[in-house]
Amino acid sequence: MKGLGIIKGIGVTLKHIIDTYVVDFKAGRKRYYTEEGVRQRMTPDTKGIFTVNYPEERIPSPENFRFVPFLVYDEQDGEKDIRCTACGICSKVCPTQCIWITRAEDPETGKPQKAPAEFYIDIDLCMNCGYCAEYCPFDAIKMDHDYEQATYKRQETNVHDMERLLKPASYYAEIRPLHYAQEQQQRAEEEAKRAARRR
Amino acid sequence: MNEETKVLASNETAVLERFPEYIQPDQREGYQGLVVDPANLLELMKALRDDLGYDQLTSVTGVDYLDDELMEVVYHLYKSTGGPILEIKTQVARSNPEVPSLVGVYRGAAFQEREAWDLLGIKFEGHPNLKRILMWEGFAGHPLRKDWEEAYYGDEKKPYDDRWPEGKARKAEADNKYHENVRYPDDFNPETWIPGEHELLFKGTKHLQVDESMDTEQLVVNLGPQHPSTHGVFRMVAKLQGETVIDLEPVMGYLHRNHEKIGEKNTFSMNMPYTDRLDYFCSMSNNFGYALTVEKLLGEKYQPPERAEYIRVIMAELTRIQNHFMAIGFFLNDLGAYFTPSLYAIKERELILDIFEAAAGSRMMCNYFRFGGVVRDLPEGMEEHIREMVYERLPRQIDEFDRYLVQNEIVVGRGKGVGVLTPEQAIGLSAAGPVLRASGVPYDIRRADPYSIYDRFDFDVAVRYHGDVYDRFLIRYDEIRQSIRILQQAIDGIPKGDVLANRPEYRFRMPKGEAYGRVEGPKGELGYYVVSDGTDNPYRYHVRAPSFINLTGLRQMCLGEKVADLVAILGSIDIVLGEVDR
Repeated sequence: MKGLGIIKGIGVTLKHIIDTYVVDFKAGRKRYYTEEGVRQRMTPDTKGIFTVNYPEERIPSPENFRFVPFLVYDEQDGEKDIRCTACGICSKVCPTQCIWITRAEDPETGKPQKAPAEFYIDIDLCMNCGYCAEYCPFDAIKMDHDYEQATYKRQETNVHDMERLLKPASYYAEIRPLHYAQEQQQRAEEEAKRAARRR
Repeated sequence: MNEETKVLASNETAVLERFPEYIQPDQREGYQGLVVDPANLLELMKALRDDLGYDQLTSVTGVDYLDDELMEVVYHLYKSTGGPILEIKTQVARSNPEVPSLVGVYRGAAFQEREAWDLLGIKFEGHPNLKRILMWEGFAGHPLRKDWEEAYYGDEKKPYDDRWPEGKARKAEADNKYHENVRYPDDFNPETWIPGEHELLFKGTKHLQVDESMDTEQLVVNLGPQHPSTHGVFRMVAKLQGETVIDLEPVMGYLHRNHEKIGEKNTFSMNMPYTDRLDYFCSMSNNFGYALTVEKLLGEKYQPPERAEYIRVIMAELTRIQNHFMAIGFFLNDLGAYFTPSLYAIKERELILDIFEAAAGSRMMCNYFRFGGVVRDLPEGMEEHIREMVYERLPRQIDEFDRYLVQNEIVVGRGKGVGVLTPEQAIGLSAAGPVLRASGVPYDIRRADPYSIYDRFDFDVAVRYHGDVYDRFLIRYDEIRQSIRILQQAIDGIPKGDVLANRPEYRFRMPKGEAYGRVEGPKGELGYYVVSDGTDNPYRYHVRAPSFINLTGLRQMCLGEKVADLVAILGSIDIVLGEVDR
């Protein structure tokens, strides 16, 4: 019969519409505007409507999610202990060359120090590849989860300087708990090894 | 160089035995293939096609050897019955590079020779339409030549010296002022210039051929560049007789960014995230091809561990599935079923992208592969998630899509018998992937020239025999089903272990030489041709882009069809402009 294929197809559309209401009815209020509801829409057996009402609802970022880098500092007695040693590896691996580092110098002798004096990332250029975080030997630069970076004046705001880039290790631990725990463990092991050697 | 140690592949020996007079094996260290004199090129290619069965010319490109004053044209051929690739080269003086055009032997060379002319300035004698294809007419020079320089550039090679240890950020546009960064050819004045194609358009209207018997006249119609059905900025100049297409020319290059020049400035590892941006739907497949090619150069030590091979296959096949879902959805958009099928397709795609995001960190720009493996292992619980997807969700959803669209009378009516490409034409026009297989040529690199661990899996090569729009639509269903089969085997067989062969590194001791690696991407054969001169940066980096080369056959498909079908035909090829224009 001519038209049967179309009718069958419309049947599928109808099923999708009905599914939406059935799922809504079963799940009740918790389907929308709750994290549980958003997560349910991401499971392999999700049915019905699957769109997310941004910004009221947000898709939870997985730990590996990466969006523009930031610099990590440890908090020590109220002072910022910047992990970065200005070794320059991140600026060398960066595919778009969007990282600029000025190495600090000893004001008296002029010798280079293991710290950055200035650190810039041009996030207009940054393509969020994550190489800097991947190859940093000091866990000093990490990829952020904060993807809401829209601005009106990119010339003024989109070159991030050190002040903007620095974020505490506690923030890092919050967005990437597994990675943080893993690194802390590694650090502790290395510390123990070093202590053993010293003895 | 050492002649005794040069080991020829068996297919190269066969060709060499046949034509001992004018072919030599490439003697340079790390190079493969056979070198032929340009004078004998046509004769050789004809014999290769007619007698030896090398009926597919898959890639044409050039390399500028500035120091040797040589321009080399590199051809890659294969037999559509399977087997490894054959590499033929011909060398000409750089000062006046003229090579006979192969369009008479392999029609598929048409666009690629134009590209080589555009970017490298190699003249192909006898080419029917040798003009720029990616650049515009007001562009000065040939950008892939080694002595061509950008109007503004930071440095010869990356990494740039001014980034560390005394880096001070500044915006590139401060050094790159508008109007100062434009150069025109000597005889070119942008004020008085009339675009050539428009001239052609007006010529067409001037020479109106009025068909008295039918009371119709010829008309030139531009579809695009801004047109919702061209999947980006892409233009088709169609010459119509009434409503029938009598000639058609695709115009592209609106999204051109010279990916290959950027690639030659980058180091080898920097290119990986750039490949994501070629075909931005299939970044995992793009990564795969590039990683395989560079691993060929790097040698045994960079053989990925078992687990990495499985992860690579899983990611590549998931990419194929989501790409084909999108291809089906947007094809229906082109037919006028506005966005309901697309949205159902996007739903499945989003679930697959969730997997990519959790594993790689990004939904589309995955940058997941490294030389010798993948960057990190799958996160915890991901295997179970993938298993659930490939055993439960995806088979169910593809069946639902089947019920939803395949029998639909409108799809059948618009698709059957429209835009036919016969098997001979498809092979001759260098079509690849679903376009080739829908024309009845069961050629799939995963089976014909297996890479990675595809030889371990049980799957069928999807093939359809009519070569029309409807078959190109159906073959995507077949391929999704086969990919699901591969995924089920892969997720059952995935071992534990490392995912990277060596410690993570960003600088590689790259031996001199060349490599051509190819994968069966969702859109067709995705090939990378990389030449290394032993430094950190590739000397030549070329991408054989399947979307671009599949468009060579667009004119053939459209001839004699109605203008309304152009949109359906283009949709059935499934192009991505990021890859077409590069």
